[in-house]
Amino acid sequence: MAQLQLRSVEKTYGNGFKAVHGINLDVKEGEFMVLVGPSGCAKSTTLRMIAGLETITGGEIRIGDQVVNDLVPGKRGIAMVFQNYALYPHMKVRRNLSFGLKLKRIPKDKIEEATQEVSSILEIEQLLERLPKQLSGGQAQRVALGRALIKHPEVFLFDEPLSNLDAKLRASMRVRITDLHKRLRNEGRPATVVYVTHDQVEAMTMGDRICVMKDGHIMQVDDPATLYERPANDFVAGFIGMPEMNLVPCALSRNGGLPVLSAGSQQITVGDGLADRLKAEDGKVTLGIRPQHLSVVPAGTDGAFNGTITNLEFMGHEVNLHADVDGAAFVAVVPSEDFDNNLKRGDKVGLRPDGRRIHIFDAASGANISLS
Amino acid sequence: MAMLSDISPKGRGDRRPPTQIELKLRRKARVSATIRYGLLTLIGLLMVYPLIWLIGASFKTNAEMFTSPSFWPNEPTVQGYIDGWKTSTPYTFGKFFLNSLWIIIPKVIGTAISCTLVAYGFARFEFPFKKFLFASVIATLLLPNVVTRIPQYLLFRDIGWLDSFLPLWVPSAMAGDAFFVFMIVQFLRAIPRDMEEAARVDGATTLQTLVYIVVPMLTPALISVCLFQFMWTMNDFLGPLIYVSSVEKYPVSLALKLSIDTTEAFAWNQILAMSVLALAPSLTVFFLAQKYFIEGISAGGVKG
Ligand SMILES: Nc1ncnc2c1ncn2[C@@H]1O[C@H](COP(=O)(O)OP(=O)(O)OP(=O)(O)O)[C@@H](O)[C@H]1O
Ligand SMILES: [Mg+2]
Repeated sequence: MAQLQLRSVEKTYGNGFKAVHGINLDVKEGEFMVLVGPSGCAKSTTLRMIAGLETITGGEIRIGDQVVNDLVPGKRGIAMVFQNYALYPHMKVRRNLSFGLKLKRIPKDKIEEATQEVSSILEIEQLLERLPKQLSGGQAQRVALGRALIKHPEVFLFDEPLSNLDAKLRASMRVRITDLHKRLRNEGRPATVVYVTHDQVEAMTMGDRICVMKDGHIMQVDDPATLYERPANDFVAGFIGMPEMNLVPCALSRNGGLPVLSAGSQQITVGDGLADRLKAEDGKVTLGIRPQHLSVVPAGTDGAFNGTITNLEFMGHEVNLHADVDGAAFVAVVPSEDFDNNLKRGDKVGLRPDGRRIHIFDAASGANISLS
Repeated sequence: MAMLSDISPKGRGDRRPPTQIELKLRRKARVSATIRYGLLTLIGLLMVYPLIWLIGASFKTNAEMFTSPSFWPNEPTVQGYIDGWKTSTPYTFGKFFLNSLWIIIPKVIGTAISCTLVAYGFARFEFPFKKFLFASVIATLLLPNVVTRIPQYLLFRDIGWLDSFLPLWVPSAMAGDAFFVFMIVQFLRAIPRDMEEAARVDGATTLQTLVYIVVPMLTPALISVCLFQFMWTMNDFLGPLIYVSSVEKYPVSLALKLSIDTTEAFAWNQILAMSVLALAPSLTVFFLAQKYFIEGISAGGVKG
């Protein structure tokens, strides 16, 4: 019942800055939706508009069947977890948890019951009588999570909840939150989640679907695998994946039906069915190829760009090879066992893109024109 | 002191006798400390001397008052307190203390509530002409008091509030003390809004957010506001002088002046004795709340 819909939602701040440009987003009931994007792309603004902490200057937001544009946050059936926890500093953990229920005049015994349940799920029973300043970051974040959970909201909103934690704790909290989401789903009270992060590991591991944003626009909404394999444009392609996808300006032409890509003075002809996928005339394009899909071959090999190694990073199980191809920087990731240990900085190598994995983006619009 | 312990090794088993240089350094540190503390004590004494003299003199007889310069009374007597308390009016000094309290308590409560409301509005909400309005509030801070005295007096006379405490209460209860509004606004600006937003998401109304979340976080600032208002009102002379005319409503500050007026040969010992009593409440309250007071005026000291 609690799907969330954004319809042409806009936000212009008081100073005239337009932060959100008419976005449309559907979050299904029980879905874990992650909003990602670089800093300043209006993730928080969007989330705060859903919460009602920020007014909407255009469009419509629906939670369930209700338009909530003019509802106060407390009436929207949402709960929010803030980046800085935002626990009430003068209240013990127990009161922090129960504050919302008390305001709703829920009977005492019910509140007590709910507090017990939530604190046992989050393992914060022994912290109930402490003040927020007596908690560690991880504990505080669990309490903040409990404060959201106890209300049984229709929609959970998270704004970078893990970014203040160290890497190890972040990983364990990540698992805890996804487990919790699954658990609620199995208990038959699925929780719709909107989760803001700028960390793509969080996005890829937690989200049922991911919404990639840029400058107040939505770039693509898809499940993690699709986002990775079929990016809609060069921005999404560059944003998702580690190390970043190589994006190189090229000229596209044909040679007997086969596409030919020219970067600088070099040309490669790509077979492997790229021609069938391409939906474009010849002209200026951007070649996109993930570092994992570039193979390192001897210089001069057919279908490979020739470059000079500028740097080698040994990561243990794999090697990141940085190369310069006529002024364009390429990165290739090679599994350690396939790597030729004689290669060193300054050597000439060939870099052959896997034709089945090549993406071609329109140079002007950035749209992916190689999706089958 | 820190230097001393830095120089001499503190090891338990280290019984090595101090070397010549160490001894010299230690002596130097001790001398310099003595000079510093001596100087501080001297200046401190100089500053509180009038107060010490006041207390000492209040136990002197009227005859001794100006004959001996020492603050220590030759024949200590509490006659000044006894006579002073009786006053030359039909009322005892107790009555005047009650009057003072009766002015102060509503005024302090009114100030705390009204200034919090106004400051919260300025610090957290957007409304038309906010900048202009806030600027005018601050401008009243810079306005000399005397400028408004006469129009204010005429206003209160026309409403018919003269010789009552209303002219003293009402302006404060309507956030008339811009300084306090400013102080709370500054304090609020340093507190992140997250907690209030969390409360709104939890379903609190604006007023509930203010009462349950903001006010507790404001406590140190509010305590200083109350303290300031308490002390200023206790010491306020001009306000009551202008608006309160019947002796039975006089606060302590006016009553002190009264004893100077009516006695031909000034009974200085009585005046001083009552002055000491008049100082007592402010001093007591200050020392009791010193900790919060300092916390409050060094604003922004809220740990997240
Ligand atoms: N109160 C405001 N007034 C004017 N502009 C604002 C305001 N709040 C945010 N902005 C602007 O709106 C844009 C989006 O901000 P927002 O906080 O939503 O970004 P974000 O995606 O959450 O970034 P981050 O990852 O750094 O948290 C930014 O360019 C920011 O400068
Ligand atoms: Mg943000």
